[in-house]
Amino acid sequence: MSSYYQEKIERASRDEMRALQDERIVKQVQHVYKNVAPYREKMKEKGVEPGDIKSIDDLGKLPFTTKDDLRDGYPYGYLAMPLADCVRIQSTSGTTGKRVVAFYTQHDIDLWEDCCARSIVAVGGTKDDVVHVSYGYGLFTGGPGLNGGSHKVGSLTLPMSSGLTERQIQFMTDLGSTILCCTPSYAAMMAETIHAEGLIDDIKLKAGIFGAEAWSEEMRRDIEKNLRIKAYDIYGLTETTGPGVSYECSEQTGMHVNEDHFYPEIIDPDTLELLPEDSKGEIVFTNLTKEAFPLMRYRTRDITRLTRKECSCGRTLVKMAKPMGRSDDMLIIRGVNVFPSQIEAVLLGQGYQANYVIIVDRVNHTDTFEVQVEMPEHIFSDEVRKIEKSEGELLLAMRSVLGISPKVRLVAPRSIPRSEGKAVRVIDKRKI
Amino acid sequence: MIIDQLSVFSENRAGMLAEITGQLAEAAIDIEALTIADTAEFGVLRLIVDAPKKALTVLKGGGFVASLTPVIALKMKNEPGSLATIAKILADAEVSIEYLYACVAREEGSAFVVLRVEDADATVALLTAKGYEGYK
Repeated sequence: MSSYYQEKIERASRDEMRALQDERIVKQVQHVYKNVAPYREKMKEKGVEPGDIKSIDDLGKLPFTTKDDLRDGYPYGYLAMPLADCVRIQSTSGTTGKRVVAFYTQHDIDLWEDCCARSIVAVGGTKDDVVHVSYGYGLFTGGPGLNGGSHKVGSLTLPMSSGLTERQIQFMTDLGSTILCCTPSYAAMMAETIHAEGLIDDIKLKAGIFGAEAWSEEMRRDIEKNLRIKAYDIYGLTETTGPGVSYECSEQTGMHVNEDHFYPEIIDPDTLELLPEDSKGEIVFTNLTKEAFPLMRYRTRDITRLTRKECSCGRTLVKMAKPMGRSDDMLIIRGVNVFPSQIEAVLLGQGYQANYVIIVDRVNHTDTFEVQVEMPEHIFSDEVRKIEKSEGELLLAMRSVLGISPKVRLVAPRSIPRSEGKAVRVIDKRKI
Repeated sequence: MIIDQLSVFSENRAGMLAEITGQLAEAAIDIEALTIADTAEFGVLRLIVDAPKKALTVLKGGGFVASLTPVIALKMKNEPGSLATIAKILADAEVSIEYLYACVAREEGSAFVVLRVEDADATVALLTAKGYEGYK
């Protein structure tokens, strides 16, 4: 027997949902045209006026928004409300030069938390549950999002944040956590520790909500077996809000998109043409309700597909498949967004050449991240200590720019293959 | 007493030593001493060769990162206690050693020790005063 957090919306008929979307998009376009200069200019360029958008079907007339646009607008360019009406800032993961800061009004926060609450209820959460949130808190949206959702459901919320695994497990056993929210790799790691300490019979977990990184069905089965729970996916991105853009239900066959707030489209990333239902392509979201930082046709670069096949959970919200890749070269490593261009910038800044290979793999459910770079002459020394010192400086610079430390391997000069065309910079061995 | 040591970067990969020594062999370079400082990821080869400048040109041309490092090469007797005596002299003068390696020399009953210290000139003066001679 399924239960819902907002049944009227989650099980709305197609007509009811469309009517809501029509009404919201008309208002939203007026809002952004009036308050966000870059949207206004781009619409003018395209010869579109707010009045041209009469229903959700007219959305295709609007220009797309990209991460670069948001970066160019840093920090206030895409802000649509007076700062006095904003109550929160969140930011994308630590990437100098690629950072996006998102603003929220109290109303935005309320709706975001509702979306997360829908996810918690969909996995069986009630006010009797103990929701253990091991996503990072702070600028990262994972912790605050699920934390807020758990409050909305009325569950007892454990704001653990990530790390300090021993303490996580102690709280989990002592306080009887029933729903775990974290990245799938952290869940797998906690499962290992729980087994190593012989505590599996002392935990009361029944479900997990795992997101912020790609994970396979195989990994889902492993986590479910090792933690004796049901493991559910959740999707979101800071730019549009955070977690809760879409969420999995009991059927575990894709994530219901909260399309009353985030209108999804699938496009061909090359031609930018709209693709029909069930086609694989890049997912684009439009914020229908967000006040402070509303995104119009935001290109996520995530490749997935949408389907309206009937779901056994009773929800009518459109479902998106687990993202199957990216239409740009962004890597998500241990939940952190990494662009090869950032690595290149650090290498050049530290006196290395731009000949490098990034190797990503997944070992025991944890991402490994190695950067191979050719040893430059001026960094070479007959003393190992001095080479290691330069290597340490490179690692530090990588960490401060990427927010994550790769393993750096210095290789012989000219050992990394040159190519006439596009060099192979990334070898991603993860099978997701 | 100060000579050029050839230092070569070598990533930890099968065949690296064969490649480096092969190139030196082709150029008819004679290796008199060789030691490898290694970490988990890479190694630094330190070589005393008969023609260091030529060896450097050969290896750089062959795509290696290499450099010449001035080191102290000290002649000593190949008998028990020789190195201990030198080590004691350096210790008493508080000379800190970056690295050191020793090798049997061509001359019968003779050996030599290669020393890398921070202040090479002062160390040379110290050892000369104690009656030591350079190797070569």
